Amino acid sequence: MSFSAFFYDKRLRSVLFQALLVLSIAFGFFWLIENTVSNLSDQGKSVGFSFLSQTAGFQISSTLGTWLMKYEVGRSTYLDVYFIGIINTFVVAVLGILAAAFLGFAIGIMRLSHNLVIRGFATVYVEMLRNIPLLLQLFFWYFAVLRSLPSRREQTELFSGIAGINITGLYLPAPIAQSGFMIVILVFIMAIIGAVMLSKWATKRQYKTGRTFPAFWAGLGLIVGTPLVAFLALGSPLDWSFPEFKYTGPLLRRGFQSGTGMVIVPELIAVWLALSLYTAAFIAEIVRAGILAVAKGQTEASYSLGLRPGITLRLIVIPQALRVIIPPLTSQFLNLTKNSSLAVAIAYPELVSIFAGTALNQVGKEIEMIAMMMTVYLTFSLLTAAFMNWFNARVKLVER
Amino acid sequence: MADHKHSAKQNSGHAFVRAEDAPLLPPPATEAGLTGWLWQNIFASMADFSSAGASLRSACVAALTVFLLYFGFAQIYTLLDFGVFSAVWSDPDELKREACWTVDQGGGLPSGWHAACWPFIYAKHKFIMYGAYPSEELWRVNLSVLLGIAGLAYVLIERLPRRREVGAMMLTLYPLLCFILLTGGNLAIPFGSIGLWLIIGLAVISLGRLAKRGFLGSTLSEFHALIGLTGWAFVIYNTVRGFGAVDFGLEPIDTRDWGGLLITLVVAVTGIVVSLPLGIILALGRRSEMPAARLICTVFIEFWRGVPLITVLFMASVMLPLFLPEGVNFDNLLRALIGVMLFSAAYMAEVIRGGLQAIDKGQYEGAQAMGLSYWQSMRLIILPQALTHVIPGIVNTFIGLFKDTTLVSIVGIFDLLGAGQSAIADAAWSTPVQATTMYLYIAIIFFVFCFGMSRYSIYMENKLSKSRQH
Repeated sequence: MSFSAFFYDKRLRSVLFQALLVLSIAFGFFWLIENTVSNLSDQGKSVGFSFLSQTAGFQISSTLGTWLMKYEVGRSTYLDVYFIGIINTFVVAVLGILAAAFLGFAIGIMRLSHNLVIRGFATVYVEMLRNIPLLLQLFFWYFAVLRSLPSRREQTELFSGIAGINITGLYLPAPIAQSGFMIVILVFIMAIIGAVMLSKWATKRQYKTGRTFPAFWAGLGLIVGTPLVAFLALGSPLDWSFPEFKYTGPLLRRGFQSGTGMVIVPELIAVWLALSLYTAAFIAEIVRAGILAVAKGQTEASYSLGLRPGITLRLIVIPQALRVIIPPLTSQFLNLTKNSSLAVAIAYPELVSIFAGTALNQVGKEIEMIAMMMTVYLTFSLLTAAFMNWFNARVKLVER
Repeated sequence: MADHKHSAKQNSGHAFVRAEDAPLLPPPATEAGLTGWLWQNIFASMADFSSAGASLRSACVAALTVFLLYFGFAQIYTLLDFGVFSAVWSDPDELKREACWTVDQGGGLPSGWHAACWPFIYAKHKFIMYGAYPSEELWRVNLSVLLGIAGLAYVLIERLPRRREVGAMMLTLYPLLCFILLTGGNLAIPFGSIGLWLIIGLAVISLGRLAKRGFLGSTLSEFHALIGLTGWAFVIYNTVRGFGAVDFGLEPIDTRDWGGLLITLVVAVTGIVVSLPLGIILALGRRSEMPAARLICTVFIEFWRGVPLITVLFMASVMLPLFLPEGVNFDNLLRALIGVMLFSAAYMAEVIRGGLQAIDKGQYEGAQAMGLSYWQSMRLIILPQALTHVIPGIVNTFIGLFKDTTLVSIVGIFDLLGAGQSAIADAAWSTPVQATTMYLYIAIIFFVFCFGMSRYSIYMENKLSKSRQH
């Protein structure tokens, strides 16, 4: 074998190239690690996660995370701070996903309306919101809108005084569970399981006998009705703590009294508004494209089989549209979750803000903390990707 | 026509047979004219009262229409009133913040006034466009931007000759030119080393030529392309370095003095220019038959796509200094640029991979059957089709990147939004409306850029889908 034949052997070339590639990447990593180690030793720093058990010495504004982790300055550790960050990211992501999906579907369907007013409104909404950076929208909601609310000694009453809003946040009545409330929750969970089983049974019976059963309404009744009955039977085991506002008294004591009601910090409201309004514009486009992707012949064929428009939409159009909609929709949900990190700009205490921001400035363990933060987002992305693969495999068109 | 009438009369001979065409009726009112347009576009959707359900639906649509009309016009009016009708347009007496104060605040405007304070924007205009860039050197920024616009327009207008060459220049020479213009060039690189490497590069190129002719034996002649390529790489790299090292007599300007729209454009253009070639390589790697290359590219792409840009920027600004050897220190802007490049390359790679996947397998096989090598078939057959296919996706990625440049303001770089934020903090202009005025202005700038790009993407999409129908 001459040298040139050897050189042009496809397999050998590929092995050679890959070996070179792996070696150079390994060398690059080695170089980075070596630099890092020498830089860290110059700065007198060590690598390790022992800082996680140190106590954190900074205040975090009260949110679901601090409430769940019972955060206390000087007693809670940096690990608690990490979890508070994750919980708060999760809160804003879940709230945002719910609102964005709802609004996005509504706007997406409105964009297909035959009514010019409805269609035009939806088009203007989409074009305006998605062509302006999210961070700018966030600043607008936070600095221009929520900062112009009444000051902390004044309020705007909502729902005739049950709730109120001012610059320190939105104050709502807080539910306080009494003994026996756990039973209601248990009943609620069992009702959901029962409804699922009911709908399975109804489908099975319909396949066997052809007789239909109003499983949706029955299930809804089960889910709403049974816990309600249990709740009333147990003598309403839920108390409400209403936010208390003092207009009089010493100046510094005026305003919402701490310990009463439940506060939603304005940062959360701003992030939630900005994220859900922005993402809804993208979801609307996805929904529109998904519905348009269903061939018109499908609807016509369904009508010619004698199905009513509502049933056509439910059984023919939506299932096929969802096949197109769900993958990009999931990635929009993922985007929303990742974009929740922008909350760092207005100091909502989510993961990036308190862990990679405040805590990092205090501890100075850049590598460990940034890695921990990235792990959270990466895990979430990989889980979403796994779900998407599973879904795509499930709904894939089975072709002849 | 007359003939026909005549024959009809003749043939029948009966009085009850119509001898003339019936007069044309006007189209139904619901089909033509203003009423038809109104009916089809507005009222038809709320006029179905055939059943209880349909009536309910019509009523809901009617209510929604009325509400949206009111709400939409209220919003438009609020916006116009804020930005135009009630706005303060000039500040002839140099009152600054007092020009936009209401009576309650000690100014001259009626109580309850809430509208834009445009003199604030005039006063800060230079800052939110150029940052602290020295005023007498602004022509350098303007020249760079004008050249960019001219080049872009040339590339976008079809029918102009040599668009491809101009496009290549925009991706290679133009960034270099901008670099020299904006920073002042004059890097501290000794000319001796550049010259030495240039000579070595030229020598290697001539070696490749000789090898090609077979002067250096058959073994080396197999490698003439590799040798030539290495030589060219040396020459190009050192030419670039040489241009960077030349003293053009421009005053050096530190990137800390850059700001505003200038930074936004620099970050966006760098991200766009770098992400395309890097994205192509990553996409090809991810679809390669070599498992190691595929794995490395997949991990790279999924890592950067899995984390938010903010964390990438944090990492670039906090961790990058730790990764580099001692003494090597990047400035803040360069760190953010590196983060943006890696991030956008991963997104671009996925868009391009979509294009590669959409190419028919026959094209790959055809290229192989023609005896083309891997790189030849990619360069001549696959990539031109794949890239054309995903132009809309590429433009959409650019739009996303352009909007995402605002995030650099979080790591302390004064881009358009960051400069705006710091202008708002100026107490000399402290009014309740300055934040909203500034946000409105910045939003308009971003909207013009992004909306323009998205129109272009839709135009390309229509054009491509038309050309694919043949």
